Amino acid sequence: MSIDKNTVRKVASLARLEIDEAGLEKMTPKLNGILQWIEQLQALNTDNVEPLANVANIELKLRADALTDGNCADKVLANAPETTAGYFVVPKVVE
Amino acid sequence: MTNLTHLTIEQALKGLEKKDFTAVELTQAHIDAMEKFRSLNAYIVETPEIALKQAAESDKRRAGGKAGLIDGIPLGIKDLFCTQGVQTTAASKILEGFKPEYESTVTSNLFRDGAVMLGKTNLDEFAMGSSNTTSAFGNVINPWKRKNDNTDLVPGGSSGGSSAAVAARICMGATGTDTGGSIRQPAAFCGIAGIKPTYGRCSRWGVVAFASSLDQAGPFARTVKDNALLLRSMAGYDPKDSTSADRPVPDYAAAMTGNIKGLKIGVPKEYRVEGMPAEIEKMWQQGIDWLKSAGAEIVDVSLPHTKYALPVYYIIAPAEASSNLARYDGVRYGKRVTGENLKDMYQKTRAQGFGEEVRRRILVGTYVLSAGYYDAYYIKAQRVRRLIYNDFMSAFEKCDVLLTPTAPSAAFAIGENEDDPVKMYLNDVFTVTGNLAGLPGLALPAGLDSQGLPLGLQLLGRPWGEETLFNVAGVIEKAANFTALPASVQKAA
Repeated sequence: MSIDKNTVRKVASLARLEIDEAGLEKMTPKLNGILQWIEQLQALNTDNVEPLANVANIELKLRADALTDGNCADKVLANAPETTAGYFVVPKVVE
Repeated sequence: MTNLTHLTIEQALKGLEKKDFTAVELTQAHIDAMEKFRSLNAYIVETPEIALKQAAESDKRRAGGKAGLIDGIPLGIKDLFCTQGVQTTAASKILEGFKPEYESTVTSNLFRDGAVMLGKTNLDEFAMGSSNTTSAFGNVINPWKRKNDNTDLVPGGSSGGSSAAVAARICMGATGTDTGGSIRQPAAFCGIAGIKPTYGRCSRWGVVAFASSLDQAGPFARTVKDNALLLRSMAGYDPKDSTSADRPVPDYAAAMTGNIKGLKIGVPKEYRVEGMPAEIEKMWQQGIDWLKSAGAEIVDVSLPHTKYALPVYYIIAPAEASSNLARYDGVRYGKRVTGENLKDMYQKTRAQGFGEEVRRRILVGTYVLSAGYYDAYYIKAQRVRRLIYNDFMSAFEKCDVLLTPTAPSAAFAIGENEDDPVKMYLNDVFTVTGNLAGLPGLALPAGLDSQGLPLGLQLLGRPWGEETLFNVAGVIEKAANFTALPASVQKAA
């Protein structure tokens, strides 16, 4: 399977990555190289094989339903590019 | 005093205990050496003030009889570990200036035991790479050079700053992370030892996430025993990481008895890959012979799905990365590029903040997770991942440990293998299987090739089989007697 520039443009938009024509020209063949290479998995029969999502084999623990953290808005905001009155600031989204 | 930087951690701890030198002197010797080797670009940020303060506190603790397991030992910390108040970038422009308000569990554990932080080591951006050439803060240069050839070589990746720093004697040990080989391959390229422990052994909390089902932290050091000391400190249960294992941390160094009589060493035939240099093949055979003469039994084993491991990895890792890296949106931390509206701001921030390799992997990951392709790529890869896991479990019915080369080549020149991403990905052919199956893997230097560059061997163990790995690695280390140093890193007379 190979993908064209339009598909790459769409995927870039899904991934919120701005990409221009020159970027598409450069990126598309490299992505195709990778996709063609991973295509070899299709040759392998995996009927009746359960997907393996995680090897940890660890039973998830439950913690006490208690407050363990919080009251640290200053720390949460400390690295934000823009804040005001204890909030993150973003460009206006509602007209 | 110059030779303080050439001590092993084990020797340094003895010297500190005997009062031959202080932690402050040991740390200062490393700070001086760091200055001399700044051209390697191994550190993104040096933290000499913090280091000297920690060293002075260490001296006080030791004087009071309260020294921890690795008290006063100066380390490099891969710049993927969040360190409170010290810039943590993952070698990405998108995190430039980010100063975490918290400390990763692994570094907290090291500091609890008395470690001294010399600085944050360079890496491939978001740990994505095998050559440390994707860092936004410049390439790291391997202290090793080919004989009679001044070409700069890569230190391997992604933990290339850590491996180069340990090899150049500008730290005694370092932390790394390994998602597809990022501890073991750079250890091999730089002639040092490193271990990726079993998935779940070290907490991932506070480590910038790349591919969460594969990422695992581990140490680098110049000897196997030094790795054992560091891992003991780094490892342990952490309620803040749901995949962290609640099991006791053994005294790994104590497991190094040197007795491997009757131990079964598996040699997987599928690791004899096409185009592997004869010297690596020879080194592998040498390793087999060393273990045989130490009384181990050599067993041929088969891991039939090995050839699918890299394609599986390059579906699963980018998929998880595209999800993990969605958090870099220019809102809560890191870089922001202003845009016409919110979406435009996201897109510009991410396009300008991430480097090319990272953007490529995000696109691959987004594609394989997108509607219509999820089953064909992502679920398919997870099914093959189980086959790879099953291969190992069958092999471990016949043997205790697997012996393989660490990487398919010695260190290569900066710029080589860059035209074709797939060619670069092949660097991880022997290491990536250990991540997919969650197994511990230890890499150590075994000798030099004809160009004078180090070559490494890898041991893969059963889940939680670190003690066996350390023991077998100790035997190889003794037999190999690897004492070579990069030409630029000779001891003072």
